[in-house]
Amino acid sequence: MSAFAKLKADRRLARGTAVGVIALAGAFPLFFDSLATQLDTAIYVLAYVCMALGLNIVVGFAGLLDIGYVAFYAIGAYSVGWLASDHFTGIGGDSGVHLAASEFASSLSGIHLNFLLILLAAMVIAAVLGALIGLPTLRLRGDYIAIVTLAFGEIVGRIALNGDSVSISGYALTNGQQAIAPVDQPYLPLVGYEFDSAFNLRPYYWTGLLLVLFTLFVNFRLRDSRLGRAWIAVREDEVAAASMGVPLVRTKLLAYAAGAALGGVAGAFLGAYTAAINSNQFQFSFSIFVLAMVILGGLGSIWGVVAGAVALATIDRYLIPEVFNDAPSLLGLDFKLTQLSFGIFGFLLVLMMVLRPEGLFPERRRRLELAEGVGAAGGMGVGEESVHEART
Amino acid sequence: MEAATAPGSRATARSARETVSRYGLIVLLAVLPIVYGIVDLAEQGDLSRLGNNLVAGLSNGAIWALVALGYTLVYGIIELINFAHGEVFMIGSFVAVGIWTSVGLTLATGPLGIALGLFLALIVAMLATGTLNVMIERVAYRPLRNAPKLAALITAVGFSFILQNVGILWRGSSQQGVDDLVRSQTELLDLFGVSISRGDVLAIGITAPLVVLLTAFVGRSRLGKAMRATAQDPEAARLMGINVDTTISLTFLIGGLMAGAAGMIYALYQTNVWYFQGFTAGLIAFTAAVMGGIGNLRGAVLGGLIIGCIQQISDNRIGGDWTPVIVFSYLVLIMTLRPQGLLGEETREAG
Repeated sequence: MSAFAKLKADRRLARGTAVGVIALAGAFPLFFDSLATQLDTAIYVLAYVCMALGLNIVVGFAGLLDIGYVAFYAIGAYSVGWLASDHFTGIGGDSGVHLAASEFASSLSGIHLNFLLILLAAMVIAAVLGALIGLPTLRLRGDYIAIVTLAFGEIVGRIALNGDSVSISGYALTNGQQAIAPVDQPYLPLVGYEFDSAFNLRPYYWTGLLLVLFTLFVNFRLRDSRLGRAWIAVREDEVAAASMGVPLVRTKLLAYAAGAALGGVAGAFLGAYTAAINSNQFQFSFSIFVLAMVILGGLGSIWGVVAGAVALATIDRYLIPEVFNDAPSLLGLDFKLTQLSFGIFGFLLVLMMVLRPEGLFPERRRRLELAEGVGAAGGMGVGEESVHEART
Repeated sequence: MEAATAPGSRATARSARETVSRYGLIVLLAVLPIVYGIVDLAEQGDLSRLGNNLVAGLSNGAIWALVALGYTLVYGIIELINFAHGEVFMIGSFVAVGIWTSVGLTLATGPLGIALGLFLALIVAMLATGTLNVMIERVAYRPLRNAPKLAALITAVGFSFILQNVGILWRGSSQQGVDDLVRSQTELLDLFGVSISRGDVLAIGITAPLVVLLTAFVGRSRLGKAMRATAQDPEAARLMGINVDTTISLTFLIGGLMAGAAGMIYALYQTNVWYFQGFTAGLIAFTAAVMGGIGNLRGAVLGGLIIGCIQQISDNRIGGDWTPVIVFSYLVLIMTLRPQGLLGEETREAG
């Protein structure tokens, strides 16, 4: 078989596998009770996959190290909190502001927009915020970008926490740790169907799956587009890219905006699902959690990132709290595994990085670069991250 | 490499930019004290409140300076943001408190006993954190020296999670008060309405000699010279016969020693310890290191003291809840106006 034919066959096989996996994922909730814990976990997993794929655009494609990604989760979640609850009671008179909201929500005061509109709003707000956060980092590289994004992530998290004491024309900005709750459940206006997490989790699951498919589509199309090539060029060598005519400012800002938009959408979805927008969710460790998914899977490798997100999210939300929580007591030890979850997570991160720093499924381009690096630079270049300048 | 990102080369634009870069940060740092100084003068007729803020700020800043030294040393030599450093500082606090409780120091102990006990606690805490830091480097960073730098960053965060968990298992997950052994709030001296307490004297009294010793060691000794050489160019240092691995271990040891001392001062000064104290302290100290110019020892100390003052003024006037927002806003502004920091040289990444 010629190399070309082999490549084609590989591609067909990959497509077949993808279709199979998606079909399986679609049928997944039918194997469980409509309120099963596994389903709850799976919904979180799907939201985390979206976020990891969004971050992958910024860190994996464009090589801009963002460790404040939690800011976009917060913005997405608060879009739901602000636009689909009675938080702003009194706006629009006693009846409130409603746009394609369900019958029940239409009877409440405050702002109640349709879930799909909120997804769009979250996407736009997060994208704008992403570009704004990107602005001060344009002249910086590597670790310094990380520092600025970290600072923004912390600032947004703090504002969420203290927002209950900030009042804008009589309304608190957020409810801090008291949470904005309850939040409207998603509603499909044409079919007239309203989700209800108290009875059936499946609609949430399928919505999440659709979001993941959308995110995957965006990721693939962007990667193979002119913009995607520009991102990779900037990642590989900023100076060379600029001298080849890649507009650095626009390219970088678009990377931030695209990554942030996906994070915002996933955040809005998760916010609607948890139905309580609590500032405790938006902490630094969450940014690291998402970044770890990207790095674990392999920077820039789309399927790798999906695998990394599924693995870490399952460990965090299911294996530690549900499956192995009582394991220590079986060994006669007097503690629950959840008390150790931070430590276990940290240990896994260290172990993973020491054993396989390039991630589970490194991107093909990167693997080739690494292989080349060995020959060309006599070992010094092994795995040298393009996010950073090579040391001398 | 700057050519690609530098804006138009017209001389006026550039000189304006240079002026902003040189003085912008200094103006920015002076804003808070000057504004509140004027407010104080208008409202109370003297500057004693601002003075008290600054004294407390300098003592707090002394703690941040010690922690910031660890960040700046490590970043200078292997260009890694050692996220676990804040947690090493936290462990230092825990060890110090553990030692002085187990040797039986209480509020009833006489001054000599307290002095001896605290000296012992200081030494043990410093040794413990120094060893811990060296161990972390050995286990988590050294195997990744030639791997992508992101990998080391992630192991650093991994270790910080592990140490936080150790902290939770050790002392539970809520803040714990400890005996105010030195009666840190007792006023020693009153200068025109500015009170200087025992805690202030203690913080400065431990920090100043350590900083002097450290700068002398790095600047004068053979090993210090090896450290500077490795920071400049590890390959060339290796060719010159410097044992790079040992030098890096030594750097982590020194960083850890400083964090341990800071941990003990923190416990005495704040009279409470918490597993999460290292996270906030780490970020604040890191901001200090960046403000001073990362990789620059004097810069780290200067940055620590300035951040301490900003923090104290903000705690006292704006509210402790908002202090992190103020500190991180400063961090962003520093990165925008002057990424190389107050005293730093332009680095490859700050360009």
